[in-house]
Amino acid sequence: MNDLTSAPIAPVGADDHVRGEGEEGLIVYADLGCPRCAASWQRLCERPGRLVFRHFPVAGKHPRSPALHAAAEAAGRQGSFFEMVDSLYAERGRVDDPHLWERAERFGLDLERFQADRRSDEAAARVKRDFQSGIRAGVAGTPAVFDACTLQTVREREF
Amino acid sequence: MIAVGDQAPDFTLRNQDGEKVSLSDYKGRRVMLVFYPGDFSPVCGDQFSIYQEVKPEIAEKGVELVGISVDSFFAHQAFQEKLGIDTTLLSDFEPKGEVARAYGSYLDAPLGFANRTLVLVDEEGKVAWTYESPNPGEFPGANVIFDALS
Repeated sequence: MNDLTSAPIAPVGADDHVRGEGEEGLIVYADLGCPRCAASWQRLCERPGRLVFRHFPVAGKHPRSPALHAAAEAAGRQGSFFEMVDSLYAERGRVDDPHLWERAERFGLDLERFQADRRSDEAAARVKRDFQSGIRAGVAGTPAVFDACTLQTVREREF
Repeated sequence: MIAVGDQAPDFTLRNQDGEKVSLSDYKGRRVMLVFYPGDFSPVCGDQFSIYQEVKPEIAEKGVELVGISVDSFFAHQAFQEKLGIDTTLLSDFEPKGEVARAYGSYLDAPLGFANRTLVLVDEEGKVAWTYESPNPGEFPGANVIFDALS
């Protein structure tokens, strides 16, 4: 049984999706189908330091989100995680399967592998792990942003 | 706010399909009453969408969530459909907010709706645990529910 009781934000780990370098930075729990996340994404990426992306798809609000997060994971297996995330937020109207295939080809990914990976149990488990860590930390909406060093909440007006 | 250990006031309200549902229908099971301000407010939508994501884990604990607001059951039906959720939503519509008042969750005029309140009712119909948000704009994360059930 999964334990979803309260727990502090998990510190940045070796298998987190991290953009940029340095100790300082932000951890963001984000939904790839969320317009508020899309609106904040550029700003978050322009901040100095590292940016840690954690999956928080809420299918009830954004039915395509689980598929988009799985696609990002699959792209990540071939070194293109953030390319996929950037593209999904930049082109929010292009999120159907053919659009994902087109992106995979544009990023030079092995399409067959991408297809298999995005439907794999491993990708789903990886997304779920982040989601559940967010639940345990009390994430109640996206984007939810935390300081990567102090693990304290960062309010939207601060980023 | 109703006190832990009190007998939970029984009620009969209509669900999103217009069917009558009583608290006593849940006797022998644990039920988490989720009082909330109203359908279609952005925060309410987030609250039930996130709870829906962890509904299987809540069910594993032998607990059912039941939402209660002052909206009509027609609104509940539309709200449920919009969010793609299957949480039972009860209509505390007439007399307006009567059940929320009985649980000490109602926010009087000018607000006129329930605060975000969680009330865990045990198998015997007694209040086992409560949570009240500091204001209606904040909702308890799902972790708060799991803390109560652990």
